[in-house]
Amino acid sequence: MTATPRQPVISARGIAKSFATIEVLRDVDLDLMPGEIHALLGENGAGKSTFAKILAGVHRPTRGKLALNGATVEVGSPIVAQKLGITLIHQEPISFPDLTVAENLVLGRHAGGWLSKVPWARMTQDARRMIDLLGVRIDVARPMRGLSIADQQMVEIARALASDSRVIIMDEPTAPLTPKETETLFAIARRLRDEGRTIVFISHRLEEVRALCDRVTVFRDGNKVITDTIENLSDADIIRHMIGRPLKEYMHKQGAQIGGVALRVENLSLPGVFRDISFEVRKGEIVGLGGLVGARRTDVAQALFGITPAASGVVSVNGTAVSITDPSQAIALGLAFVPEDRAAAGIFRSLSVEQNITAAVPGKISWLGVIRHRAEAALAADSVARLRIRLASPRQPIGELSGGNQQKAILARWLLTDPQVLILDEPTRGIDIGVKAEFYDMIGALAASGCAILLISSELPELLALCDRVLVMSEGRLTANLMRGEATQETIMQAAVPRAGVAA
Amino acid sequence: MSLLRALLIRREAGIFVMIVLFCLAVGLVKPQFWSLNSLRIILLLVPLILIGAMGQMLVIVARHVDLSIGSILGFSAMLTGMMFKFHPEIWWPLGFVVAIGTGTILGLINGVLVTLFRLPAIIVTLGTLNLYRGLTYIVSDAKQIDRQFVPSALKAMSQSSPVFGIPWIIFMSLGVAALTYLFVMHTQVGRQIFALGSNPVAAPLRGINVTKVTLLVFALSGALSGLAGIMYASRWGFVNPSNTGAGFEFQVIAAVVIGGVSINGGSGSVAGTVLGVLLLGCVAAALPLLGIPGTTQNAIYGAVILVALLIDRTVRQQGLRNLSWGGRP
Repeated sequence: MTATPRQPVISARGIAKSFATIEVLRDVDLDLMPGEIHALLGENGAGKSTFAKILAGVHRPTRGKLALNGATVEVGSPIVAQKLGITLIHQEPISFPDLTVAENLVLGRHAGGWLSKVPWARMTQDARRMIDLLGVRIDVARPMRGLSIADQQMVEIARALASDSRVIIMDEPTAPLTPKETETLFAIARRLRDEGRTIVFISHRLEEVRALCDRVTVFRDGNKVITDTIENLSDADIIRHMIGRPLKEYMHKQGAQIGGVALRVENLSLPGVFRDISFEVRKGEIVGLGGLVGARRTDVAQALFGITPAASGVVSVNGTAVSITDPSQAIALGLAFVPEDRAAAGIFRSLSVEQNITAAVPGKISWLGVIRHRAEAALAADSVARLRIRLASPRQPIGELSGGNQQKAILARWLLTDPQVLILDEPTRGIDIGVKAEFYDMIGALAASGCAILLISSELPELLALCDRVLVMSEGRLTANLMRGEATQETIMQAAVPRAGVAA
Repeated sequence: MSLLRALLIRREAGIFVMIVLFCLAVGLVKPQFWSLNSLRIILLLVPLILIGAMGQMLVIVARHVDLSIGSILGFSAMLTGMMFKFHPEIWWPLGFVVAIGTGTILGLINGVLVTLFRLPAIIVTLGTLNLYRGLTYIVSDAKQIDRQFVPSALKAMSQSSPVFGIPWIIFMSLGVAALTYLFVMHTQVGRQIFALGSNPVAAPLRGINVTKVTLLVFALSGALSGLAGIMYASRWGFVNPSNTGAGFEFQVIAAVVIGGVSINGGSGSVAGTVLGVLLLGCVAAALPLLGIPGTTQNAIYGAVILVALLIDRTVRQQGLRNLSWGGRP
C-alpha cells in the first residue's frame, strides 16, 4: 500500500433492494478500485446480479448510496450509467439485429439534431478503429443479425470503450462462449484493467475467476459475505462462503415404502444441451436434481415430458420402454410436470381457479365432450380443501391468487391426473416460508402414497431435507448421484460448480 | 461488399426479375403489352400508390401498420375539393397545404392513440379507417365534388409533361421516393426508425425517444396520404365521398410487403418498395388486357401478396443461414 491509498472508482454504501416485500439485497458495502478485475460470486439468487444491475442503473436501490470517484451519484437509468462511464454487458447482448455493426456501435452517442446527417463514412471508419483496438476481426458494415454471441459481446465492449467507460460489468459472459472465445475475452479484460479500468466479472466458474480476477466478493442470501484478494482464498473457502448459511430446520419426510422402478432414463442426450443422462426414480422415492442455473436440469425435465424431446436415449415407465414426443403421451403414461415458470408455462391467468385445476383432466368432468360444470366445481372444491388453497372464490381468475396459492393450484391440477411420476421444477421458488413448509408436507405425503418424485431445486437445504437421493447436473451432464447420507451442501456444490473440460 | 448489401441487392434483384418475367409472360400472350402506351398506363397507375407506400414503409419499419390511409386520402381530398368548390377565389396551389395539413393531423391522431394510450396500431387504424371515412360523408353531406370544380391547372398535372410525355405527378412521386431515401438512409431520425423497429425494447435504452419517433411515422404516413389525396383530384378530376381512397390501404400495404419490407419491423428499403409498387402496377395494367374482369382483380392482388410473403420468408431464411455461416469462422 502506498502512503495515499487510491480512491475507489465506485464505492457502494448500505445498498439494499427489495422486490415487493422480498429483500434480495441487504446493506452491501463494496469498493471497486481502478485497475482491478473484481469477481462477484454467489449461489443463484444470492444477490450478485441484482447488485450489478444497481450499479448499471437497471434497478434502483431501495436504500443506500453510490459514489463515483468520491462524489455521490444517482444512477437512475442505464443511459445515466453510460454517461457516468458504467456499462453492463449482458450475457446475450442487447442489439439492433437489422442495423449494421457500425450503427450499433454509435447509436445513442450522436449529439446532433434529428435531421442531422448520418456520417456513414466517418461512422464506419470510427467503428472499424474501435473494433481493431480490441484486436478482433468483425466486419463493421455487416448487420448485427447472425453475429456470434462472442462477437456481439465484443461489439458491446467496443461500445463501452467508445463512451470511455471506466467500469465494465460482465454478467456471466463466458457461459455461451467456446474456450477459445473465452481466452480472447480474458486477454481483452486484462488489457482494459492495465489501462486502469475496472472490470466486474460475474461467474459461476471458479477456475475462470481464479485465472482472471484480482479480488473476489462473495454474496449469500442478499448479504455480502467477504471481499478479499483471490490469493487469500482457496476454492474450498469460496464454496464455504457461498453456502455457509445455517441449515434451516425443515420437516423431514415420512418414511415412505420405496418400491419398484417407476421411471428409468438411459443415456438421454440432446446435442448441445445435455448428454448421457442416466438415472432412475423408484415408487415412493424423492430424487432431487440439483445444480446451478444453466446446468440444463429443466431441459431434461422438458425432454422427459415430451416438450422438447431428446435426440437419443431410452426412457422406461414402469419397466416398459416408451417414446414420448408430446406432453399428451406423457400424461397418458402417468407423468406429470409442474414447470418452474408458472406465469409463462403453468397457469391460464385469466381463467378461473376451477378451470385451471381441472385443465389436465377433461375426461373427468365431461360427458361426450361437454363440460359438466357441477362436476368441475366439485372436483375443484375437493382439491382446494385438500391442498388448503386460500382464495375468495373458486370462480376468481387464478391470476389474483398469491404466488404460493397459484403454485398449489397447479400442483392440484397434476395430482388430479393421479400421476405415477411427478416432476417438480423449482416448486417453491418465490413462495414464502409458511407455504413452503406446507409444500414439503404435501410432497412427502405424495411419496408415501407411492408416487415417484423428481424434484428439481436450486435450494440446497430443500434437497437435503426432502430427498432420498440427490442427482447433480453441471453444464448438461450428471456429475453426482448422492445417497441421502452422502449429500451435504459441500458435496452438492462441488459437483455443481463447472470445472474445466466437462462442458457438454 | 457487405453481406447485408449483397442480400438486399439480391432481394431487390429478385423483385426486378419477377417484374421482367411477368411482363415477358403477358407480352407473349398479348404482344400489345410491350408498348409505350402500356408503360404510360402503368406509370399513371402507380404515383398515388408510390406516395402512400413511402409513408406506409416508415410505419411498418417501426413495427406498426396504418390501415387508415385510404380514408385519410379520401378526407383530405374532400376538404381540398370543397375548398375548390366553395372558395374558388383562393389560389389553387394552397390546396396542397390543405391536403397535406389535413393528412398530417389525421395521422397524428393515429400516432397519439398508439403511443399515449398504448393501443395496437392495427386496431387503432382499423377504427380510424371507419371514423375518417364517416367524417368524409358528414363534411361533404355525401355529395361528390364534380369535375368542373377541380382547377384545370391541377388536372393538367396528370396530363401535361415536362419531358418524354411523362406527366408531372409521376415526377412528383419519384421526388417523394428520393426524399424518403435521403430521410431513412442519411438522417439520424431515419436510422432511429429502423432501430426502433429492430428492437423496441432496447431502443429507449439507447436514448431513442420512442414516442416522438412513433408519432413522426404516423404523421408522415398521414401527410403523404394527404398529398395522395390532392393528386387523386388531379388524376381523376373528381372527389367522391365513398370511392375516393377506398381500398387504397390494401394496394399500398401489398406493394410495401411485395417490396420486401419486413412486417416484423426493422428492415426494408425505398428501392424495394418502389419495385413492389411497379410490380403491382404491371399486374394492374395487365389484367384488363388479358380480359380478366375487374371483379377478379382483388383475388389476384390477394394471391400476389401471399406469394410475395412466401418468397420473402424463404429468401429471408436462406439469407439468415448465409449470414450466420459468414459470422462463424
